[in-house]
Amino acid sequence: MSFFEIENLSLSFGGVKAVDDASFAMEKGEVFTIVGPNGAGKSTIFNMISSFYAPSHGTIRFKGADITDARADEIARIGIARTFQNIELFEHSTVLQNLLIGREIHNRLPVLRQLFFDPGVRRAELAHRRKVEDVIDFLELAHYRDERIANLPYGVRKKIELGRALCVEPELLLLDEPASGLNPEETEDMGFWIDDIKNDLGISVLMIEHDMSLVNEVSDRVMALNNGRVIAEGSAQEVQNHPDVVAAYLGGAA
Amino acid sequence: MRVLFKTDYNQDIKFAKHSGYVFWYALLLAAVFLAPAVLDTYWVNELTRVLIYALAGLGLMVVTGFTGQVSLGHAAFMAIGAYTHAFLLTQGVPFIFSLPIAALTSGVVGLMIAIPASRMTGLYLTIASLAFAIVVEDVVIHWESVTGGNRGMVVDPPALFGYEIFEAWEYYYVVLVLLIMAIALVLNILRSPLGRSMLAVRDSEVSAQSLGIRVARTKVLAFLLSAMITGLAGGLFAHFIQFLSPETFGILLSIQLLLMIVVGGLGTVHGAIFGAFLIGLLEASISILKDLLPPAIGTQPGLEPGLFGLILVLFIIFEPEGVYGRWVKFRTFLESFPFYRRNTFKRQRSYLKTERMR
Repeated sequence: MSFFEIENLSLSFGGVKAVDDASFAMEKGEVFTIVGPNGAGKSTIFNMISSFYAPSHGTIRFKGADITDARADEIARIGIARTFQNIELFEHSTVLQNLLIGREIHNRLPVLRQLFFDPGVRRAELAHRRKVEDVIDFLELAHYRDERIANLPYGVRKKIELGRALCVEPELLLLDEPASGLNPEETEDMGFWIDDIKNDLGISVLMIEHDMSLVNEVSDRVMALNNGRVIAEGSAQEVQNHPDVVAAYLGGAA
Repeated sequence: MRVLFKTDYNQDIKFAKHSGYVFWYALLLAAVFLAPAVLDTYWVNELTRVLIYALAGLGLMVVTGFTGQVSLGHAAFMAIGAYTHAFLLTQGVPFIFSLPIAALTSGVVGLMIAIPASRMTGLYLTIASLAFAIVVEDVVIHWESVTGGNRGMVVDPPALFGYEIFEAWEYYYVVLVLLIMAIALVLNILRSPLGRSMLAVRDSEVSAQSLGIRVARTKVLAFLLSAMITGLAGGLFAHFIQFLSPETFGILLSIQLLLMIVVGGLGTVHGAIFGAFLIGLLEASISILKDLLPPAIGTQPGLEPGLFGLILVLFIIFEPEGVYGRWVKFRTFLESFPFYRRNTFKRQRSYLKTERMR
């Protein structure tokens, strides 16, 4: 039994097969990367894991349990957090509030107690704050703490979205193109953080990425996808040199 | 310029963020509590009206400002609150029980509306809420045994523990205390997980879901709380106008409430209060204006809604953050006086959002 696996996953929109019989398995403590040209179905796989889309066929298993039919809001409770390709932060809230929203699944207080904000609610809030401050320290976000998202540059937003997913305290983190739109320096930082997330926080990472320098640096295993099908799997080097992968990116007889 | 030095997480949780808050809000509180001592009955009445509007607006703010569900039917919740309260009073239920029951009834109706409505978004929800308001108006007209139908319904003056409240200033205090309690409740919502979930649902449903927020549940809760607060305002409004008739709670009132929170500043508690004062002021000035204008214009029936609409449009174009947003800019200008830059609040380019799932 693998830590996380998808089996024969398929999804078609009308006549288009976005994902076609894709399978892979990853182990705990791994950084597993999915690469592939635009429209290969990478984000669609993520959206099926997040239960935004229901697969037409196949199963998704996390720690042995079938989570294919879980509701979208149950996925975080199961232990899977994610970021989005084009950043989905809460624009009008501050960085701190965004990170605190990441604590939602750890909140068990009944609504009535929240309305009266009794001392227990305050204690819980302070505990959440301490946890959030750990993430702020980890990602060096301290001087953005009280800024509204709308006022922050793209690179910082990317970091905050990563931080918000870490506040969930997941066991598996899905990163949808963590380096897109980042400059080389920021990309390098992102690489260090992904390493730290794996080694220090013990969170497994499933990632979609185009930047091959980042992929080479952090990935334990890589899978290539084209037209919804898995075309190669192995180490970063193996996948990059695989003839089908070269053909998918550059064209050619394959 | 004040620089806050943070040494304690409680600093962010407290209502008063620094001593300036304590001073200015204490001053404001003193002013509103002493107002009836210096104002004559007419103005005390006007002020009471504004406070009731503020309460109703606060209710609408919870669902529209915080949760992002635009409702054009909130006058219906005021109607439900007002008629339930008035009816219970005629059945001999005392004021202190009847008012909470009225708020609760309105809340339960809000809940029933919210369960199907939480599946709708944007314009569809707004139209559904409008339809709901029309249905409620019709029910009020036709359920004559309870509401008096088109003949209307007289509301007795409120009595607290056997003491009848006739004076304007006495009623002003009743409304004021309830408004302050409601504000405290809403501020509590905002600083607790529920309030954050509401803002999350407003700004991005997709990522709210991926963080484990139950979107439908959050919307339903917002509707429930919103309907309760607005229903409470309705109950208080019943005594204020002393005579209920179906057209009191028509579409114009719904628009007025929405106008209030947009003009005041969406998504803030201040916005509801500022908006109520502005609308109260506007109503007073329109009635003065009507006398000054030539009769051909002054007596036109559509003058009031027309002006309200115009103001709403102007605010949406020129100051989407409302009076409160303007005030924040002005305050920042003063605080950073020689260094204020015109572009401080200029909105940055917003980045592409992830493809929506629907």
